[in-house]
Amino acid sequence: MALTVADVHRIAQLARIEIDAAAAAQVHGKLLAIFAMINELQAVDTRGIVPMAHAQDVMLPLRDDAVTEIDQHALYQSVAPAVEDGLYLVPRVVE
Amino acid sequence: MTGVASTGTVAELAAALRARKLSSVELTTALLARIEQAQSTLNTFVTIDAEGALEQARAADAVLTRPDEPPPLAGVPIAHKDVIMTAGLPTTCSSRMLANFIAPYDAHVAGGLRTAGTVLVGKTNMDEFAMGSSNETSWFGPVRNPWNRDFVPGGSSGGSAAAVAARLVPAATGTDTGGSIRQPASLSGVCGLKPTYGVCSRYGLVAFASSLDTPGMFARTAEDCGLLLNAMAGHDARDSTSLDRPREDYTRDLELPLEGLRIGMPAEYFGDGIDADVAAAVDQALAQFRKQGATTVPIVLPNVRLSVPVYYVIASAEASSNLSRFDGVRYGHRAKDYTDLADMYSKSRAEGFGAEVKRRILIGTYVLSHGYYDAYYLKAQQVRRLIADDFARAYQQCDVIMGPTAPAPAFRIGDKTDDPVQMYLNDIFTIAGNLTGAPGISIPCGFDRRGLPIGLQIQANYFAEARLLNVAHRYQLDTDWHARVPGGFAP
Repeated sequence: MALTVADVHRIAQLARIEIDAAAAAQVHGKLLAIFAMINELQAVDTRGIVPMAHAQDVMLPLRDDAVTEIDQHALYQSVAPAVEDGLYLVPRVVE
Repeated sequence: MTGVASTGTVAELAAALRARKLSSVELTTALLARIEQAQSTLNTFVTIDAEGALEQARAADAVLTRPDEPPPLAGVPIAHKDVIMTAGLPTTCSSRMLANFIAPYDAHVAGGLRTAGTVLVGKTNMDEFAMGSSNETSWFGPVRNPWNRDFVPGGSSGGSAAAVAARLVPAATGTDTGGSIRQPASLSGVCGLKPTYGVCSRYGLVAFASSLDTPGMFARTAEDCGLLLNAMAGHDARDSTSLDRPREDYTRDLELPLEGLRIGMPAEYFGDGIDADVAAAVDQALAQFRKQGATTVPIVLPNVRLSVPVYYVIASAEASSNLSRFDGVRYGHRAKDYTDLADMYSKSRAEGFGAEVKRRILIGTYVLSHGYYDAYYLKAQQVRRLIADDFARAYQQCDVIMGPTAPAPAFRIGDKTDDPVQMYLNDIFTIAGNLTGAPGISIPCGFDRRGLPIGLQIQANYFAEARLLNVAHRYQLDTDWHARVPGGFAP
């Protein structure tokens, strides 16, 4: 399962992070060392062990089916890079 | 001022304010001056809100002069780690991504401390998005250790730890995902408590790894940690993992004697790889507890050595998902030049995140990607269960578990930045507490030959915060490590 530089480019694309060849080569070296450590896990016998997703085994609570949010779009959009008429502006997607 | 030092503990300051021996405006003004003076050398703060703090201090003084009972921490200045959202103030996570982000609302824990009457003086520097163990990944530059400025304060809550150590504030909040409160508390010589997961709401924390993130605090005494926890704990319907439990006073058991306390000593915490001065200081602390009537019991935690690899799978996976929200559309950094929407996302994220954050997003993306999920993510969750089972077995034999918080004292700035695995191994003793969700505290227990602080970690079973604070408090009654002040920061 050795990670290749091509894998680095692929996961960077999946993660939507631009990366050039030099940076990919550099991060590749560090990731190999990190995965060498992570791969210690492969030697552990985990047959029949129930995965632990969370610290507490609690049920997700349900709240009343009622409208609780108030309209705060102006407040929330005050920190946006670009807005117009209450809408977030992004580059044109459909020509 | 009337003979009351502005650098007292939370308990001392709250009492002095209440007795009107000191006003919150006097106290806040004095601490703001200390903060301003230390900023160029320690870099502990990202935002200092002098104007807002003085306004809150004036309001606190008005409350304190009224005849009715004031809130418990009325007028006491504190600081928040800059991952905790504070309405109207910047919350940057020490990242370029959020350098201009103003939080629209308060985190639950920030609200609790506000209701308790505290005065917020500012937001502390941290590792970017809480990813780091040295506070060197901050976009705003590293925090320096008050005991020696060539050394790191620990991380990720390094600014909060250093600010409390340097007596800039009596207490500060932090968050602990893999040791980010306990490890900097240890390296900076203060107390740091990570409560049980679910006791303090995560609402309003900028999320890193949601199944591990835990808000907590730094202070100089265990008693002060309890006072802050009283204000921060409690059920919050806005966090689905917040636990609905009866309210408790976490300081109620502080004075209980330690007769009969059973201290578990895990073989794995006392083996090779521990700095000799750290081992000696921890041994001395254990001897002190025996003197107080406690007994030590050898225990084993055979899977704890796997906690670092488990953590780097689980935390990175959750981080890659949580941090996908930073896309330059609704908030945060947006690149100036881009060709289309996809290019805008990837350039904004490439520019906005630092190297360590990007590396963890890449790890997380990889372990969650098609074909690798079972081998990495599921496997890590299974080993997480084995680690939790180790602790459950251990607590049948002992009440608390003790050992070093970190394998070594603080290291020099720059020493580990090129070797992420070495950096990650700093958290070898703290990560398990996040994986299980049980509470832990680090308290000062000595210094190494260079004068750098050493921390003792005390862990306990779920919801045993009052017991943990009791054990730490009794130790602090008989020792003075926690009262030592770094050179140049004397009151």
